[in-house]
Amino acid sequence: MTVRRAELVMAVALIVASIGLMYKSTDGLSIGWVRGAGPGSGAWPFWISTIMLLSAVAILARAWKRVTPASKSEEPFMDWFTVRIIGITVLALALLLVGTHFVGLYVSLIAFLFFYIKVVGRHSLLTSLALALAIPIVVFFFFEYLLVIPLPKGITEPLFYPIYDLMY
Amino acid sequence: MEEILLHLGDGLLEAFHPLNFAMMLIGCVIGLFIGAMPGLGSVNGVAILLPVTFLVPPNAAIIFLAAIYYGAMYGGAVSSITLGIPGASTAVATVFDGRPMAAQGKADQALSIAAFSSFVGGTVSVVLFTLFAPPLADFALRFGPPEEFALMMLAFATFVGLGGDDIPKTIFSICIGLVLATVGLDIVSGRPRLIFFDISGFYHGINFLVLAIGIYGIGEILWTLETTRGDVQVHRVRTTWRGFVENVKRVRTYIGTAVMGSFLGYFVGILPAAGATPGSLMAYGMAKAMSDRPETYGQGNPKGIAAPESANNAASTGSMLPMLTLGIPGSPTTAILLGGMIIWGLRPGPLLFTEHPDFVWGLIGSLYMANLATLIFNLALIPVFARVLMLKFTILAPVIFVLCVVGGFAPTQTLHDVWLMLLFGVVGYLLRKLDYPVAPAVLAIVLGPLAEQSMRQSLLMSQGEPSIFVTRPLSGMFVALAVLLFCYPIYHARRRRKASAKDSEDQNGKAGGTPT
Repeated sequence: MTVRRAELVMAVALIVASIGLMYKSTDGLSIGWVRGAGPGSGAWPFWISTIMLLSAVAILARAWKRVTPASKSEEPFMDWFTVRIIGITVLALALLLVGTHFVGLYVSLIAFLFFYIKVVGRHSLLTSLALALAIPIVVFFFFEYLLVIPLPKGITEPLFYPIYDLMY
Repeated sequence: MEEILLHLGDGLLEAFHPLNFAMMLIGCVIGLFIGAMPGLGSVNGVAILLPVTFLVPPNAAIIFLAAIYYGAMYGGAVSSITLGIPGASTAVATVFDGRPMAAQGKADQALSIAAFSSFVGGTVSVVLFTLFAPPLADFALRFGPPEEFALMMLAFATFVGLGGDDIPKTIFSICIGLVLATVGLDIVSGRPRLIFFDISGFYHGINFLVLAIGIYGIGEILWTLETTRGDVQVHRVRTTWRGFVENVKRVRTYIGTAVMGSFLGYFVGILPAAGATPGSLMAYGMAKAMSDRPETYGQGNPKGIAAPESANNAASTGSMLPMLTLGIPGSPTTAILLGGMIIWGLRPGPLLFTEHPDFVWGLIGSLYMANLATLIFNLALIPVFARVLMLKFTILAPVIFVLCVVGGFAPTQTLHDVWLMLLFGVVGYLLRKLDYPVAPAVLAIVLGPLAEQSMRQSLLMSQGEPSIFVTRPLSGMFVALAVLLFCYPIYHARRRRKASAKDSEDQNGKAGGTPT
């Protein structure tokens, strides 16, 4: 995909998104004047979304007429290296979050860090293991102990009971 | 004047409070580090670390974050000089002369020029800040909802007029921020709004941190992963005591440039769309234009480092002026600070000076000291920072991702927000690749709720008559300025098109596009 095509596709996507937002703003809400209560709840988001739509149409038109630098470029939008590194990173992050739903944040963090440092970064086994264990421990101490914000633990919650006993 | 000095005394005392003092020192060191890392600047540091400050009271938290802001402005020069890539966008202009100096083996000299100029910039601007802030806050006390709304429109108009990005894209960015800010329960009617796909996570709204960390944490790292794939060559920095004394003696050769850069940076920094990056570029251009030998710029002229470095520090202080006095952030970083203040339960704006003087003056006092502390740290730790830059990005990136994930979770404690943050990060990265400015969206999501509220209040006051925004003198003036700023790029583009049509016949039709 060239940069020009990406610019056009993005502009169309933004037009669709703007229309979606305009529709959603009218969903059970008033976009006009409500007697005694001022502008309706939907008015502000609706009219702002309308401006969004207009600007997105302008973006598309300008891209079509090759006014902007991005719309003149026929270079690839992402080369192979970029697709790979960005793809791996985003996928790893998504898996980290999926994992958090099931086995909790801490276990997922260890897996994520080990994967990223060892497999993507190609660092030594020792460095990878040390960081993959040390960072979650620091996070645990900071959030659970100092901030008292419990991070999600999923099915691994029972593993933490002895630590809770120590802490509280 | 006397009153200001009294307040300043209180502020310095507040800043010397052990917790505040410690937070200031830690903030300076973290800021220097963040600024020095290529790909991370003050805005990234402040966005990612804001959730961490829930641990301490607001006074200490803002001092910590301001110190990061400050330190990052110093730190940006380190990688500009030793790596030749700017550590933060604010240090772009420092590369022009910093890189050649390092290539000539004068890296330590270049770094000390950067440190001293930053100190000059910081000092000049914080004094200006102390003098300007109280009268401006007094003046702003007269503002009602229409003035507040008009002022916010003016802030957005500066992005269109002075931002220098594609105009429809800038407007889109502002609007998407404003619309995202309306998700959740409407404060006036209590009705749920924009609950996409009936997902319950949207009921509590979209916290500005979700967008800010998504864009400036995840999106930025994706961007840096793409751009820094190549090998970076570090210039060795040798420091000796004798060299240090020599460097101190050289200060007088560039102090004038640094002071000029400070004033310019400060006033540019006040404008919402401008800030430290254009401020430093303008200072560089001005120093070059005023020089007797402009051809030496770009070949390792010390003044070419002094001008941008003093300007970017001054701009960072300048951008805090409208944030504290008017409740309008002067830069993306201060937008996040402003959002933080709302989380801490403080209403930014002129009342802050009367209702929470310890907060405001503690911050101002700490700026004086952070300035000195960063100078000392910077000079003492130059060899350490040069070594830190050798750290592989494949270690730094996952650590930052972890900070983003836990930071995105902490404010609302729902995984829904973390997913949203990842989505914003990826979309923000793609938009950025296509030259969409992302800073206006962050500013807009912070100001959105305030803007909507002031607009609805104003319209209630006038019973639906929109003319209230132009008939009140102050608000009318802001609206007029906003309209002028809005039209400026159109005028500019037309003039350029005419000029280029006259100049050469074969080049016409190319002239539209972005103003510079």
